[in-house]
Amino acid sequence: MSIEARNISKHFGAFTALDGVDLKVGTGRLTALLGPSGSGKTTLLRIIAGLEFPDARGDPTAGRVFFHGEDVSDMAAGRRGVGFVFQHYALFRHMTVFDNIAFGLTVGPRKNRLPRAAIADRVRELLGLIQLDGLGRRLPDQLSGGQRQRVALARALAVQPKVLLLDEPFGALDAQVRKDLRRWLRQLHEKLHVTTVFVTHDQEEALELADEVVVMNQARIQQVGPPQEVYDRPASPFVIEFLGNVNRLAAGDGRLRPTDQSVLYVRPHDVDIQRDHADDHALRARILHVFSAGNYGRVSLQRADNGEHFEAEVARDRLHDLGLKQGDEVSVVFRHVRMFPQGKFAEADVSDGLLATTRPGYTPAHGAGENI
Amino acid sequence: MAGNVSTLAYVAQPRQRRSLRDPRWVRGALIGAALLFVTLFLVVPLAVVFTEALRKGPGAYFAALADRDALAAIRLTLLAASIAVPLNLIFGLAASWAIAKFEFRGKALLIALIELPFAVSPVISGLVYVLLFGAQGWFGPYLGAGDHRWLGPWANAHDIQIIFAVPGIVLATVFVTFPFVARELIPLMQAQGRDEELAALTLGATGWQTFRRVTLPNVKWGLFYGVVLCNARAMGEFGAVSVVSGHIRGETNTIPLHVEILYNEYNLQAAFAVASLLTLLALVTLVLKNLVELRHRRAREAAAASDLRQFAT
Repeated sequence: MSIEARNISKHFGAFTALDGVDLKVGTGRLTALLGPSGSGKTTLLRIIAGLEFPDARGDPTAGRVFFHGEDVSDMAAGRRGVGFVFQHYALFRHMTVFDNIAFGLTVGPRKNRLPRAAIADRVRELLGLIQLDGLGRRLPDQLSGGQRQRVALARALAVQPKVLLLDEPFGALDAQVRKDLRRWLRQLHEKLHVTTVFVTHDQEEALELADEVVVMNQARIQQVGPPQEVYDRPASPFVIEFLGNVNRLAAGDGRLRPTDQSVLYVRPHDVDIQRDHADDHALRARILHVFSAGNYGRVSLQRADNGEHFEAEVARDRLHDLGLKQGDEVSVVFRHVRMFPQGKFAEADVSDGLLATTRPGYTPAHGAGENI
Repeated sequence: MAGNVSTLAYVAQPRQRRSLRDPRWVRGALIGAALLFVTLFLVVPLAVVFTEALRKGPGAYFAALADRDALAAIRLTLLAASIAVPLNLIFGLAASWAIAKFEFRGKALLIALIELPFAVSPVISGLVYVLLFGAQGWFGPYLGAGDHRWLGPWANAHDIQIIFAVPGIVLATVFVTFPFVARELIPLMQAQGRDEELAALTLGATGWQTFRRVTLPNVKWGLFYGVVLCNARAMGEFGAVSVVSGHIRGETNTIPLHVEILYNEYNLQAAFAVASLLTLLALVTLVLKNLVELRHRRAREAAAASDLRQFAT
């Protein structure tokens, strides 16, 4: 079941939650709506579910939602065939886990309802799917957060939805449970292949879990693409700053020689630190701190030319070989630089000499492929 | 799995460390002060009611209750409460549902209006009804038999008595007990939010199913408590009812008004005997409330214990 949202705008008083958003989600895909709080991602999800409605409802110019080509804009949430999982689970607190999961099977038109025994079988099957066999008699507040979230998911899946919508599904859980559930949800998706859209503000979660990431900011969609693509080819300064760590460096200095005042973006793992001072075209920097816990060491540096701070991520072995100390003077090479002239993406891969062609008036330092 | 851990934590409660406790004399003084206060202000008055009521023996006690006027007062009190409580139950539920689950213009005003009977002295509320429906009041002249242009033949042919009659007492009781249920439910419903209702809707439940199976069960204890308080006040209300009643013995006297009359006649034993009914009502509602809470807790613990056994096997 594909989903299409067309020209969706939504205001809450003076606040613009969505501003003419268009979105297409392919059948069977796992899509993440990623953005900071207030970017409109949850509102978009709720409009798809039918829990909110776009501005000017009933007007022909109002935004519309289609499921598999069928206009569902005026359909009540209960008839759209969506399973919705709320951020804080929204389990029925007075019902047992069993009754929670069975709820959707006991409320439809009487003639469509399954017989009692079939409902019980279906609930047991779902309890197995969420790995909570035997906990059917518990009340929601006797479960851990991760268990509750899985019950909420089972409850949504019980009615065999054509579309599964999850609002910050792991937002309220601690880091370890979050990781486990993420992996489990991915497996579940592979098994069921229900078209799924989930909202998250956690870029790691979106990149790891989704087939496709929709990056949102300030009521608009910034970029849509597979995780690899939005990470490697960010469409705007916002996307690169939101997805992963990035250093933001001024370009206007002697060595990085662009003609206009612009900004360079460098991922910390694209910063290479070198000891030798032979090449005087390399950027010079002083080491402020070395954090060496974990697989990668983080080194925080200060540029010698304009005093900007930036970070480098260095493999543990390399860090060891370099023997960096606070206060050391080093040379720095950027393996990969990104710029956004006139707000457009331009990749500057030094080794391709791309920088030279995308940046008019810029001459790569000699020995291109080494330094900027 | 995480479930094991949380279940065990449920059972094992670590003992409090000595260093975390207050010194013995502080605990003693605080508990003593609290007990003294409770004794002076709650236990002693309660005891006085029953000792005074039974001073002349059980015969006199039951005679005071079986008195014709006392029985009439009891009947009227029950009637007023049996009309006021269901009305305010329905109203309170509807109002708190609207206020807690929806956004609309004039919400703050509605909340203020619901609180109004608490803010206004009951005597004033009684007077308002006298001013509205009394013989010289706004609507009073239209209530008597006569040829009123705006009214149908039935109303013109009948004397409709509101003030100094049963309808006035019911009206005053409804007004005074108006906020109890709503006040109990609004904060509860607001804290619970709308997510559960929305979840029910996405699962295909109709509005009525959602209300009956999700909203109502979620607030049932709050609702029960609100009804208990509302009922206690409906039966015990004095001020507003006193103004509109007219104190006609055997006709427009409620239990509190009857107690006052007996007291003013220096018939202390009978006054306390009738008053003991209201006291008993208070005690019964308290016990009822605690029983219901206890049963609820037992059911939950039983469910948790059955899961524990499953883990053990």
